[in-house]
Amino acid sequence: MTKKRLVMFRAAVRLSVSGVRSLTRSRPQYAAPLAARCYSHGKQETDEEFDARWVSYFSKPDIDAWELRKGMNTLIGYDLVPEPKILEAALRACRRLNDLGSAIRILEAVKDKAGPHKEIYPYLIQELRPTLNELGISTPEELGIDKA
Amino acid sequence: MIRTRRGKFGTCVIRDSAHVASSVPDELVHVDVLDCSVPQYNNRLDTPLPDVPFVRNLGADQKKLKEKEKGAWTSLSKEEKLALYRLSFELTYPEMKRGSGEWKTVLGGIFFFLGFTGLLVWWQRFSVFGDVPHTLSPEWVEQQTQRMLDMRVNPVHGFSTKWDYEKKQWK
Repeated sequence: MTKKRLVMFRAAVRLSVSGVRSLTRSRPQYAAPLAARCYSHGKQETDEEFDARWVSYFSKPDIDAWELRKGMNTLIGYDLVPEPKILEAALRACRRLNDLGSAIRILEAVKDKAGPHKEIYPYLIQELRPTLNELGISTPEELGIDKA
Repeated sequence: MIRTRRGKFGTCVIRDSAHVASSVPDELVHVDVLDCSVPQYNNRLDTPLPDVPFVRNLGADQKKLKEKEKGAWTSLSKEEKLALYRLSFELTYPEMKRGSGEWKTVLGGIFFFLGFTGLLVWWQRFSVFGDVPHTLSPEWVEQQTQRMLDMRVNPVHGFSTKWDYEKKQWK
């Protein structure tokens, strides 16, 4: 299987001070490198723990608007594209807060996070499609705002 | 007038507020005062959800739309969804990343001034400078060249090697 250059969702990983975090789970045909950061002390959080932490953050039933904004802005600050399950929890949080604009904005933001890896965003939308249909969230493409 | 400052990640909208006391960003009122003591809206790629929505003071229609937003989003039309988005956000991500045509202005300005300088140089040549020395006249140069050949200037690799002394012509 030809390994496409940088197709792995973890490809955007750089060894940053905050450590290497998981990206969206790679599809089976792409090799996933292991997080290779060596800390001198302390336990390194695994990808699953990272994902679970963020899912539970957004899944708080009484999450407030500030927490949603803070969570999203922080998440977008990381050097990774969030997993679909994190995004699903975030979109549902938008629903609880009656904020459709933010839901669409989140989709735009993750598309931007994927950068030159154009295959990540369609994958995310594909994974999120049931949630998008259920909640009635239109993608930026459907609204025509994906072009300047 | 909403003044924008182009930053690294997008445009930061400088919100002008007529009422410093109320401290509410209002995109419809324009004054020179930017109230930095309250959260501001900004367009940044790295901050998808700014502190405040773009439109704070909603009109009657907009309020109705916000009420409808509390219900099922599947019942909203595309235009309504877009309107809700635009209430919260000024620029979409592609709009933030859009380049400007400034480079054309810059390049045009460069060429213009280069051309202007060329005109100046040309005018200078025929209006400012005097005549060229007589030693550059064709007759002089001819005699000079003959003398150089007679002297065998640079005979190893240079000038005189280009002259064929037998045939009395340039090689």
